[in-house]
Amino acid sequence: MRSPRIMLPGTVLGALLLSSACSIQPWVKPYERDRLADPIMAWDRDAISSAYLDHIRESREGSRGATGGAGGGCGCN
Amino acid sequence: MTHRHIVARAAVISALLLVRSTSADVLPDNRADVFWSKYSGGGMDITGYSATARAKVTENLALEANYFIDKVSGASVDVLSQASVIKDERRQKSGTIEYLRDKTTYTASYISSVERDYISETASFALSQSMFGDLTTMTLGFSDTHNTVGDNGGTADKPNVRWVGHALSRAYSGGLSQIITKNFIAGVNLQVFTDAGYLANPYRAIRFLDPATQIGYTLAGQTYPATHTSTAVQVQAKYYLPYRAAVTGLYRYYTDTWGVVGNTYELDYTHPLRNKWIFEGRVRYYKQGAATFYSDLFPFAGSQNFTARDQNLAALDNTTIGAKVTYAFLPDGWRIFKRGTVTADVSRIRFNYLDFRNIKNFGVPAYAPGTEPLYQFSANVFQVFVSVYF
Repeated sequence: MRSPRIMLPGTVLGALLLSSACSIQPWVKPYERDRLADPIMAWDRDAISSAYLDHIRESREGSRGATGGAGGGCGCN
Repeated sequence: MTHRHIVARAAVISALLLVRSTSADVLPDNRADVFWSKYSGGGMDITGYSATARAKVTENLALEANYFIDKVSGASVDVLSQASVIKDERRQKSGTIEYLRDKTTYTASYISSVERDYISETASFALSQSMFGDLTTMTLGFSDTHNTVGDNGGTADKPNVRWVGHALSRAYSGGLSQIITKNFIAGVNLQVFTDAGYLANPYRAIRFLDPATQIGYTLAGQTYPATHTSTAVQVQAKYYLPYRAAVTGLYRYYTDTWGVVGNTYELDYTHPLRNKWIFEGRVRYYKQGAATFYSDLFPFAGSQNFTARDQNLAALDNTTIGAKVTYAFLPDGWRIFKRGTVTADVSRIRFNYLDFRNIKNFGVPAYAPGTEPLYQFSANVFQVFVSVYF
């Protein structure tokens, strides 16, 4: 069993993170995201093409997974 | 064959790609694609045709369907060493449903891939959550794959498939994408796979020293562990340059319970021109160490419990140089279409194997076993596709 001495700071930190998460203000405002919304900033413009290239690589390498990215862009809504 | 026993992996990746193209809050535009691809290298020619359509049923609900056909012909190095050629076809169908609620996008998909000697089915679920004023996007995903593995003992024209086993694969993934500044975005992805069952490629064989034969070695079947767990972590960053262009860098670390460790590095540069063209260039370098039970030449039959001579598990590196150009047409739309693009993409990949030797056509008396040239080849990959948005 973990000692309370170790658990207490973790609990306090967790509580602080949780409470602060609700009050985080976006430091990049929606009107500042025009560059991020540019199609050239998308993680992946063409999913079919990326899937095909991943398939080529997976067929010939021992590694796999963790490719791609989600979100980003302007997130304007 | 090239698709063997990795079709499932591709299916899982495809399923997760459906999520990665989605940014939370708004479902992407309706889109249809017609896609053609050609891979030539290592004695193989693979031509692919694909059609995809996605449409929003409501503002919160989208459906997507994809059909993909790969036609494979030729003979790879390992197949040539056993004197047969390949002519095969893979048909992949997938369906996806996407539902947006508040700042969360839920995605469920099903993928079926069928070859005459390999069947793979994948069901997957993922969610993407936008938070902290839309500066952060978190994704979580799970997929479950069932594979049926066959061995064609006949010829390319007269197949005689014997089903040799099943494999189950599960993939768990998590990702975080973070807007850092108004010019800079970064992300990290983690994915863990667990596989169990028949995991070897039945068309690949080990060889062991056999002085009783004229060529000095004998081919035999591979013996793989029945389980496999792998972990991959990728970090990536994208930066909008002082002029209108973007640069992307990524690094991936891979490790698994078979002892393979892989490192991937990639750098991309994207440059648009007059709102009509987007040019992209990329360089990728990949390097891996061999699996613990891999050997190009075993000392004798039954020298160890697990044995492999599949080049995917050998020590290897490869370098890719690629270029892509996209041209936008229908700038003012036409009928139901808002706009369209046509894209051409070409890659050249150089493969170097560090402990996999080319035994094709190198029988008596050219080389003693284990002194044949190391295998290496170059491949060209072409893609052309037309996309319309409506």
